[in-house]
Amino acid sequence: MRQKLARVIGGVAMLALVAGGTACSSGSDDEASGGDGCGSKIAFFGALTGSSAALGINEKNGVKLAVEKYNKENADCKVELAELDSQGSPDQAPGLAQKAIDDSKLLGIVGPAYSGESEAAGPLFNEAGLVTITPSATRPSLAQQGWKTFFRAVGNDLSQGPAAGTYIKNVMKADKVYVIDDQSAYGAGLADEVKKVLGGAVVGSDKVQGEGKQTEFSGVVTKVKAAGVKAVFFGGYYQEAGLIRKQLTAAGVTAPLVVGDGSNDPAYITTAGAAAAEGTILTCPCAPAAEARGTFVEEFKALNGADPGTYSDTAYDAANILLAGIKAKKTTRADLLEFVKSYNGEGVASSYKFVEGGELDPAQVKVWAFKVQGGKVVPDQEIPKA
Amino acid sequence: MTTTVNPPTPEQQQGIGTRLRHGREAIAQRWHDAPRWVRWAALVALIAFFYALPNKEFYQYLGPIPTTGSNFTQVLFTVSIYVLLAVGLNIVVGFAGLLDLGYFGFFAVGAYTVAVLTSPSSNLKTLWPWLLVVPIAIALTMVSGVMLGTPTLRLRGDYLALVTLGFAEMIRIAAVSSDFLKGQRGFNQIPHPPGKYADGKPFFGVLDARPYYWLVLTLIILVVIGVRNLTHSRVGRAWISIREDEDAAQLMGVPTFKFKLWAFASGAAIAGLAGALFAGKQNFVNSQNFELLNSIIILAAVILGGSGNIVGAIVGGGLVAYMIERFRGIELFGVELYEYRFLFFGLVLVVMMIFRPQGLIPNRRRAAEFKDRRKEVIVGE
Amino acid sequence: MNFDGLFSNFGELTTTGLTQGAIYALVALGYTLVYGVLRLINFAHSEVFIAGAFAAIWTWNGFGLDQDSQVSGVGSILFYLLVAMIVAAIASAGTATVIERVAYRPLRKRNAPPLAFLITAIGASIAISEAFGIWTRRRPEGAPILISQKPLFHLFGVPIDGVQLLTLGAALVMMVALDQFINRSRVGRGIRAVAQDANTAALMGVNKDRIILMVFIAGGTMAGVAGLLYDVRIQSLTYSVGFLLGLKAFTAAVLGGIGNLRGALVGGLLLGVVENYASGLFGSEWKDFAAFAVLVVLLMFRPTGLLGESLGRARA
Repeated sequence: MRQKLARVIGGVAMLALVAGGTACSSGSDDEASGGDGCGSKIAFFGALTGSSAALGINEKNGVKLAVEKYNKENADCKVELAELDSQGSPDQAPGLAQKAIDDSKLLGIVGPAYSGESEAAGPLFNEAGLVTITPSATRPSLAQQGWKTFFRAVGNDLSQGPAAGTYIKNVMKADKVYVIDDQSAYGAGLADEVKKVLGGAVVGSDKVQGEGKQTEFSGVVTKVKAAGVKAVFFGGYYQEAGLIRKQLTAAGVTAPLVVGDGSNDPAYITTAGAAAAEGTILTCPCAPAAEARGTFVEEFKALNGADPGTYSDTAYDAANILLAGIKAKKTTRADLLEFVKSYNGEGVASSYKFVEGGELDPAQVKVWAFKVQGGKVVPDQEIPKA
Repeated sequence: MTTTVNPPTPEQQQGIGTRLRHGREAIAQRWHDAPRWVRWAALVALIAFFYALPNKEFYQYLGPIPTTGSNFTQVLFTVSIYVLLAVGLNIVVGFAGLLDLGYFGFFAVGAYTVAVLTSPSSNLKTLWPWLLVVPIAIALTMVSGVMLGTPTLRLRGDYLALVTLGFAEMIRIAAVSSDFLKGQRGFNQIPHPPGKYADGKPFFGVLDARPYYWLVLTLIILVVIGVRNLTHSRVGRAWISIREDEDAAQLMGVPTFKFKLWAFASGAAIAGLAGALFAGKQNFVNSQNFELLNSIIILAAVILGGSGNIVGAIVGGGLVAYMIERFRGIELFGVELYEYRFLFFGLVLVVMMIFRPQGLIPNRRRAAEFKDRRKEVIVGE
Repeated sequence: MNFDGLFSNFGELTTTGLTQGAIYALVALGYTLVYGVLRLINFAHSEVFIAGAFAAIWTWNGFGLDQDSQVSGVGSILFYLLVAMIVAAIASAGTATVIERVAYRPLRKRNAPPLAFLITAIGASIAISEAFGIWTRRRPEGAPILISQKPLFHLFGVPIDGVQLLTLGAALVMMVALDQFINRSRVGRGIRAVAQDANTAALMGVNKDRIILMVFIAGGTMAGVAGLLYDVRIQSLTYSVGFLLGLKAFTAAVLGGIGNLRGALVGGLLLGVVENYASGLFGSEWKDFAAFAVLVVLLMFRPTGLLGESLGRARA
């Protein structure tokens, strides 16, 4: 791989030489790279517009906070943040990835946010040796494609799904469970893992449409109600989760809803309504707001005027890993890649150390259950590994 | 009829628009009168320009033309796919006059055929090479065009539009929900087209989008030549007669149903080809690639460009796909224009249809029709 | 196939389907009216619905009610419902008027072909929906719980709640009112005349433009009420829901026979029930698939819909 990498870098350098020979304008781009790291860039890659933008905006704001803080502390040597808006769509992803690769000052990427766009953009980043740390793409197969540049700052579906299942089985002691997913790579993956753990306790399952395409869930609600279950699991994002909870409660279903981290967003409670959301269990491969988080929440609020949402913290951490590398003068793509590979440190959401394939070290992955109480998400307990 | 609004008199209409129209007609006339070799030379120069376009050494001198928000070569590939689709849809809408709102569904059939037969994540595990699958994809989309067309082409106008829209939405839902088509999890590691450089590196690599663009461009040229020949044949004349007046065509002995089916199937085949090319470049195909809005964008592109005219369709498809990407990365008063791109797109459609319903580069015969219609007396207006 | 899932929940799937179908029906009326008179698929009608739905939520917000508010007392519930309904109806009718004036009327003046109308309609629809999306930052807006969805009584063992009664009741009342308006009033006679033969009607002294405007206003009012009922039922609204709902409402209109008011009601209720049965039988993810499959099959065998096209009876 190193050989291949060297060849690519060599090729890029050759191209740059040719381009530099024909045009003076492109020459200036190349000078900054490999220097002291001032004026280098990191990018956020994810949906900032379109129907799946909310998650991307959460993450971008986290990255923004990290960069602002860094620039305040290093006012003489600032880092720029580039935003690549993919709308979460895989067909936009290669063009944006290429754009990031073309920008020689750009050293690392936080993202891509979703699994689908990661599939489409991953091969390009890998070929170009541009390091990416995704704060939220949890699909397991992403780490199994031999991409050297792929890192994941959260546990994948295989860590969270079984934990959610274990919680339903051992803590809630629910013997009748209904499982719903939104057919997204994320939601369906999670639901499948939960079903595996629960086995015969799953009395029924259904699928809905995600990405805001469905708002009327009377069909699902009717079935859940008829099944008379003790708990409902939903794999998917907060918008559908909120509406399903709201409509379940309205129809008189009191069984608690268990959701994954994709629904762990303040908008879940506002969508469902505080009364309906009460008692919802949210699992997350992240630790609760303990000392490690410090002033993150306040700072985030001060900068963005809103509470941090799902993955705001992991995105913040991912950006900080890249920034730490730049601060340590790892200012070529190859150096920064090596830095991330051997990184070991604390963030606000978790401790970070990457293992084979770019996965977060399973020992670092803690899955916690949170509970909605009095209109707020409060930590419930850490879910022991099954 | 208490408040009768006077129609604008010819004098009132004399303005920049008219002068522009005269100017364009003069250019068109000039083009028509120019010697054959001049026209050929201009065409060759234009084609050479488009082949040169994706090279950075070339496009960096083109001022504001290259996109700033996304890699220009990659954008050109997307644009070229849209152009190919517009050329295909133009057969259906422009020539045969069949309002197809679900054209992107055929694109999905082509892309999914390639994905299912080549990707290691497919249930079939056939892992065939890309080149072998392309003809299969085209054939399958053609078959699906015939299958959809046979029962639906008896419908006319708006009903046909609605059925095709429903069909495209059904394909999308099937792609999202069926286990076989993998939904949003999609198919990865779809192989690229074959070919190697002398040093053993693949010609169709991951980072360089230029070869893909050149491939699509070449195919566009071939398809355009084919379509042009078709329209100048008996088939083309039959299509136009159906578009102008289906009943009259039927009475004159044109087997309208057969030719409508032909138009539908050949349009579908081109979309299938585009889908196969897309899958071969993209490496990954999932249900998010096929939103309903895409069908609408392509139809709008053909109408904007000038339906019934191949050049118009090419210009429309290229312009729409390009403009949407061009908005990316431009900030105006602190807001990124990209967020507003569909708002603008919608407004442009409205304004365009009011002031130039025949499209940017209309078909001559169609333009004449529009003129005729406007002259017709409308009571009560 | 899950026959058990269908049959054990048959009653509830029917009632919730009818409720959703009533909303489809109200929106379908707008499509049917415009199509009956202008022979035009008013693609932008889905955005007319959205405008009303947002207007209702914002009205409640104006009274200080958000998604967590509980309103008690029959009087205040009725007050909030009524005010929101009036505002929603005005907002929707206003949007419809603007669309007609800005997008369609100039085209009619030029005697543009139907295709041009369809494209402008699509353009207007995209533009309005995007404007709402940008305005709401593409996030859902919550509505207060005005009426509890706790069962009031059981009918053949099927629980019936207040929202279902309100939705079906309001839809029926609006439908009857519109029917009377079209068949009894002077303007209604004008509408029927223009639907039958626009040019002859104009020669007889009917002001075509005014009639067309009235058609858009009537359709808009229905859509506004539908928007309010949607808010009461779902209690949440996203800018993008209009497109699919509009498409289904149009499907409902075609199902019943486009241009036919009673057809819109039948088509809407039928579609709501059918898609709910499909979601019971195959799983919720196939709900929309079933709706479109019904449409495609129906159009192949009976393109004029179940009750036939009727607003302009003289049409062939």
